[in-house]
Amino acid sequence: MAAATAMRFGQLSSGSDMAPDWTTKEVSTGTTIMAVEYDGGVVIGADSRTTTGAYIANRVTDKLTPIHDRIFCCRSGSAADTQAIADVVTYQLGFHSIELDEAPLVQTAANLFKASCYRYREELMAGIIVAGWDKRRGGQVYTVPVGGMLVRQPVSVGGSGSTYIYGYMDSNYKPNMTKDQCLRLVSGALSLAMERDGSSGGVVRLAAISETGVDRQVILGNQLPKWSTTGYIPYCLSKGLEIYPTV
Amino acid sequence: MISLGQLVFQVEYAMKAVENSSTAIGIRCKDGVVFGVEKLILSKLYEQGSNKRIFNVDRHVGMAVAGLLADARSLSEVAREEASNFRSNYGHNIPLKYLSERVAMYVHAYTLYSAVRPFGCSFILGSYDQDDGPQLYMVDPSGISFGYWGCAIGKAKQAAKTEIEKLQMKDMTCRELVKEVAKIIYIVHDEVKDKAFELELSWVGEVTNGKHELVPKDIRVEAEKYAKVCTTTTSLLHGISVTWVQNNSTFKVFFPHFMVTN
Repeated sequence: MAAATAMRFGQLSSGSDMAPDWTTKEVSTGTTIMAVEYDGGVVIGADSRTTTGAYIANRVTDKLTPIHDRIFCCRSGSAADTQAIADVVTYQLGFHSIELDEAPLVQTAANLFKASCYRYREELMAGIIVAGWDKRRGGQVYTVPVGGMLVRQPVSVGGSGSTYIYGYMDSNYKPNMTKDQCLRLVSGALSLAMERDGSSGGVVRLAAISETGVDRQVILGNQLPKWSTTGYIPYCLSKGLEIYPTV
Repeated sequence: MISLGQLVFQVEYAMKAVENSSTAIGIRCKDGVVFGVEKLILSKLYEQGSNKRIFNVDRHVGMAVAGLLADARSLSEVAREEASNFRSNYGHNIPLKYLSERVAMYVHAYTLYSAVRPFGCSFILGSYDQDDGPQLYMVDPSGISFGYWGCAIGKAKQAAKTEIEKLQMKDMTCRELVKEVAKIIYIVHDEVKDKAFELELSWVGEVTNGKHELVPKDIRVEAEKYAKVCTTTTSLLHGISVTWVQNNSTFKVFFPHFMVTN
């Protein structure tokens, strides 16, 4: 937004030319996040890059935030906004769960996120995916994009990097996948997005949530799935091809 | 300033007010909950169906009351607000256990201060939803709530409880239970002390798709017919055996040729 106003006055970069842009830009979880339902739970994943403008403020961020024992949220958008909302919802859900004397429903958590995101939609920049397991309805994924809409989906992607993987998700998601198929789908999709989106990168963080608990994993950069068109130099080296100079 | 001892008595007096009111019962079966209320008609000028004693609290929750009707109406509004706020905050149907605890907490608050009086009514809450199935809870003026398979409030609650205990409600469906509830109300109604009454029947369960509503007229009429048959047969038999023994000088014992099983 600062860039837009600056351009109107004939300048091409926001703020003064002397100060780097990360002094004026808000901290953003640029991001790619994803969540998939399977029979018995959900698999969620996120990249690990937090940026202030072009500077990577944190390259090992954890964007998968626990809200309750079996309910997580994936955060995208403003880091401060999403952390603040997640803290509020964690409190509200904990209180509600004690009053009810049973584990809360994923739908309840999603509704609490929606309530905050919609009420303060003008002040916030937060795109959140709520996913988890409860004993009434099993694994569920709810998406609460910018603006505060709420909708349940079997698979959902979010964040700036999500635009690059809609095609991959549409062509590779099938209903009734197993947990391992879901893990492969999520890690594949995230690595493709991280390759193309400048605001996404780092490591892939995964979590599988089911009745038995939460199983977290990290996939480091060198262990990410490799794709034939990405990573030009490693591809050449692996095939023994000459590396042509690029412009 | 009323002493603490006096405040506790107020609660007991409130419970007495409930005991003077006509009976209301609620029974939970395997696929729903049925309410029956003996609504005494105090005047021939009353419009039929007026002064309802069964309220809708939410789409899936019903409430049958005994005691001061004005207090009950005020509490039904409290219950409605609780259910509505829950749905607005959390996005799904309120669980009945939680609703009854919230309303019971409200009722209890009015027993703590000398500036107000306790509510003079007890009520039975019943609901049916996909997550919890059928549920039945009762709240009394002291502000306590319990879950039940069957309960009764009002003047004939002891007699009604005895009848309810004879039922195997866990194996019954709502359709079977409606007839039994009507029968119990007819049994406990005192023909001598109280004159005419109107039977108010409502249910919520699989049969109504989870919606609490008054039992449709044709089913209610059938249930009342069944109830009338059962109660007249027993009273007839009871009458015959008594007069025979009284009119005979010899000590013969009268064994009925048939037993009416209820």
